[in-house]
Amino acid sequence: MTTASEAGQPAIRTVNLVKIYQTGGLPVPAVRGVDLRVEPGEFVAVMGPSGSGKSTLVHMLGGLDTRTSGEIWVEGRRVDTLNESAWAVLRRQQIGFVFQFFNLVDNMTVADNVELPALLAGTTPRHARERREYLLGELGLADKADSAPAQLSGGEQQRVALARALANQPRVLLADEPTGNLDSRNTRDVLRLLGEVHRQGQTIVLVTHDGRVAGLADRVVTLLDGQIVDDGAVAPRRRTRGGAGDVVELRS
Amino acid sequence: MRLHLLALLAKEPAHGYELKQALEQIFGTAYPSPNIGQIYVTLGRLEKDGLVSGVDVEQSNRPNKKVYYCTAAGREVLDEWVDSPTEGPRVRDEFFMKLVLAPLTGIADRMALINRQRRHYLAIMRDLVDLAQRTDHDNRPAQLLIEGAMLHLQADLDWLERCQEELT
Repeated sequence: MTTASEAGQPAIRTVNLVKIYQTGGLPVPAVRGVDLRVEPGEFVAVMGPSGSGKSTLVHMLGGLDTRTSGEIWVEGRRVDTLNESAWAVLRRQQIGFVFQFFNLVDNMTVADNVELPALLAGTTPRHARERREYLLGELGLADKADSAPAQLSGGEQQRVALARALANQPRVLLADEPTGNLDSRNTRDVLRLLGEVHRQGQTIVLVTHDGRVAGLADRVVTLLDGQIVDDGAVAPRRRTRGGAGDVVELRS
Repeated sequence: MRLHLLALLAKEPAHGYELKQALEQIFGTAYPSPNIGQIYVTLGRLEKDGLVSGVDVEQSNRPNKKVYYCTAAGREVLDEWVDSPTEGPRVRDEFFMKLVLAPLTGIADRMALINRQRRHYLAIMRDLVDLAQRTDHDNRPAQLLIEGAMLHLQADLDWLERCQEELT
């Protein structure tokens, strides 16, 4: 799928990216000069307190919010200057997005919600169906294929949103708190799937406060007041003696 | 570990190695496999305090083994343990002390300390996720023990974030 001009390019690059919201007169800076580079196949977790600009950042990367100044590049192509419809094409073909509040189509079944992006991108119905069956199966939702989104719990809807975002095997998966509504068991399914697609080479940039999700990432970027205050690898894997955990502390 | 062994012995008499195996089986890999010497030392103390009693059992072709059982006094201590509420974890965090005190001396920067600590916590979290995946799903005590560790660690991460907001 990679054309010659894209080879060697970062999956995502931002240059001095700024977002200032103008609400009721006072300008509120949300993102203040972010330089970020994400290599193909890299998994980057964006962390930081609420109001630090992390959701705004990932929304801008997906074209869901416009930048105030600076540049956004996706696979060597400048995209911050694209219009709405060009962004729609880009999202259909290259970027999968998992929203905090799902945005599923209510009058379509779960199966159709997941298959739709693949069909819109020109995949054959058979491939779209196979991919959907695989993703829903991995997320423990195989028996919900014929349900309407409204019949599902919040956690189930969130997993459907993840399946939909991955349906197209997008070049980049963007997600905003993809485990925000999940209990432990459902989070485990999401963690397993994220780990698996990442091993298959999926580039992932996601906002999360959940340490279990961030721990899977290759790199953690921390924002504070709209600026990157930390950017680096998670500490190397620790080796415990004999593989046993030290989850509990023993005292004799 | 005293009371854990006492609880197991109240269920049925056992020798040291059986107690080690029982702990490993119940709690899975999340429980650091207790060293057998540690178990014998603990049993010795329990016996000295009159909470357990050991009897030598003859074995053919092998040295005698000592089987321990829970005494009436042991049972009382166990009842007391079960009946009293358990203290929650206290905030007595070594990292927090470092975070507050080290910058006063000028030898460390709070932002750098917090960032390094976050990456360290995330590495531990990743190990816990691995451990949960490697642990038998049907072993509920083991899975819940790991889940508890994850929840505590998440609280530490959230607290770290608050420290970063307020102290840097």
